[in-house]
Amino acid sequence: MAEVEETLKRIQGQNGVQGIIIVNSEGIPVKTTLDNPSTVQYAGLIHQLVMKARSTIRDIDPQNDLTFLRIRSKKNEIMIAPDKDYFLIVIQNPSD
Amino acid sequence: MEIVHVYRKLRSKFGRQSLFSDRPAELLVDVHTDQSLGHQFIQKSQRDQDLQACRDMSEHQVNTKRFESDSCGLNHEEGGWPKDVNPQEMEQTIRFRKKVEKDEIYINGILQLGSVMDHCIRQNNAVDIYPDYCEDQDQEEDYQEPPSAKTINVFRDPNELKRTVTGLSWHPDGGRKLAAAYCCLEFQKTSRDMSPDSYIWDIENPNRPEMTLKPASPLVCLEYNPKDCHTLVGGSYNGQIAYWDTRRGSQPVEVSSVEHSHRDPVYKIIWLQSKTGTDAFSASTDGQVLWWDVRRLSEPTERLVLDPNREGNLDRALGAISLDFESTMPTKFMVGTEEGLVVSCNRKAKTPSEKIVCTYDGHQGPVYALQRNPFFPKNFLTVGDWTARIWSEDIKESSIMWTKYQMSYLTDACWSPVRPSVFFTVKMDGILDVWDILFKQNDPTLSLKVCDEALYSLRLHETGRLVACGSQRGGATLLEINSGLSTLQKNEKSLLAAMFERETKREKILEARQREIRLKERSRSEQSRDEDGGREDQNQNQLMVRAEDHFYLVTETETKRRRDNQIRGPGPEPESDSEREPGPEPESELESRPGPAAVF
Repeated sequence: MAEVEETLKRIQGQNGVQGIIIVNSEGIPVKTTLDNPSTVQYAGLIHQLVMKARSTIRDIDPQNDLTFLRIRSKKNEIMIAPDKDYFLIVIQNPSD
Repeated sequence: MEIVHVYRKLRSKFGRQSLFSDRPAELLVDVHTDQSLGHQFIQKSQRDQDLQACRDMSEHQVNTKRFESDSCGLNHEEGGWPKDVNPQEMEQTIRFRKKVEKDEIYINGILQLGSVMDHCIRQNNAVDIYPDYCEDQDQEEDYQEPPSAKTINVFRDPNELKRTVTGLSWHPDGGRKLAAAYCCLEFQKTSRDMSPDSYIWDIENPNRPEMTLKPASPLVCLEYNPKDCHTLVGGSYNGQIAYWDTRRGSQPVEVSSVEHSHRDPVYKIIWLQSKTGTDAFSASTDGQVLWWDVRRLSEPTERLVLDPNREGNLDRALGAISLDFESTMPTKFMVGTEEGLVVSCNRKAKTPSEKIVCTYDGHQGPVYALQRNPFFPKNFLTVGDWTARIWSEDIKESSIMWTKYQMSYLTDACWSPVRPSVFFTVKMDGILDVWDILFKQNDPTLSLKVCDEALYSLRLHETGRLVACGSQRGGATLLEINSGLSTLQKNEKSLLAAMFERETKREKILEARQREIRLKERSRSEQSRDEDGGREDQNQNQLMVRAEDHFYLVTETETKRRRDNQIRGPGPEPESDSEREPGPEPESELESRPGPAAVF
């Protein structure tokens, strides 16, 4: 439990990180550093996207699996690390 | 293990048993060749023929019904919570979350994910892994790709009865929208069922107009306010001006009163540069140019009657078909008329008669389009009858450059806003011509057939890449031109300036020469008129005397001949001879007579 906190604090302390959300396999945000409405929005939308991305990779090659997903937009970058039951979403503003 | 399926069938159900037996072969028919039949045929020379043993196929094209799709957003509400947890209840959710956090799987998972994520974040911070490598490389000089344009979209009039697209206007802010005015301009062809609506289209969606504008009478021209992208002003077929605010719906916010508006369709309306940004002026074939303040459309603020005699007489006024206003010269404007004259006016003149500065007589038909070159405001382009002409303000006698007579009537033209030497024209046979006068002057650089029906209006986007043209059957086509025709070439301005200079000088010289000749003629005719007066009388007397002499001579010879004949007896030869003799003489007389007359 403490390690989790430490990990999250470390990530939050990195340069440019705007927010962290941990979502479970049903799309429920378990832990978040953003406000509730944004969290809910991110959780719902990204959950769908990750499912789609994962199924895409699996369709192309059933042995393959999604390990990381990065979405770069004009304003920031959304990084998603998926796991079997949870995924970790970090929104970062690349400083350069 | 053997998989066996057993089924039973009664012997009687099989039907009668077939009894086969052998039999020797038997010749049934033997047909011998009949050589005599061969003479009815001609033997063909040998040739190769390929065969294929396969099924016969045919190709068909099918067009399915247009599928209309609409995109709309989904509202995501919180979900996924297990049944016993109410998402609204803070306590329950907190409790749930705490439970999850104690889970083993959760802890392990997050630790792992955390390290992965860490790596990527640090990567991001260390190096920008998505740099733009090709930004510094200059675009290779356009290896001369041939000019081309491709159609992006066609916006069709959604009504059953199609009307002509008479006016087009781009949204001033980026141009994602196009306003099109629809009106049937043919005399008395509007039926009661024709809808008077005009539309604003979003260029991404050609299936449905984004907004409808509902005037009382169909609009002939429509303009977005360049200062305020929500307001539009339109001139309608019955002469009224209407003002819309797109935020306030489809009905016009204000309409000018019928008594004070034009009496003919308003062919062009342009927004003026003013501090309040609410001034516009309009022109119509009733011969008036009216200025309006859109906040108060009940009455025009100013009026100008296009009387070439500068008397303000409405009966003798010229009907106006096109207007041009350049914001860099706010006091001057030009009007193109139905009679083919272009009138240049000064708004700030003291007396109404001085408002009309000068006229340029150019075309044999109405001047349908008039526009100053955005880079060289002294030169302007006019289109009317079958030619497009470029004028210089200083030369009033004729245009400095003109195209040859085209196959069909030109209906609209405009300069490219990015390249000073490029202009576009549309014709009644549905062709859009792109002219680049630095490249080729005799023919258009690019000629595209946009549609089968006539094109009536044309408008270029401010970037110079998108062209919208409107046709007679209500289709507004959006085309994109390739970059060669829409990027400024180096030296273009100076080359074009030199070209205009040269042509202007040529015209000036011609004009001066013309004037000289006319002066000389006039002075000569004045001089010779006094002399000629006397000389003319003399010649006439002489002619009369000569004619009399000739007459007497002829009658004398004839009577002598008849007398001789009576003595000698009738004979064919002398008659024909004598007939022939006087023949050539009068002719030679006649020949000499026109001689002196030709001097006059």
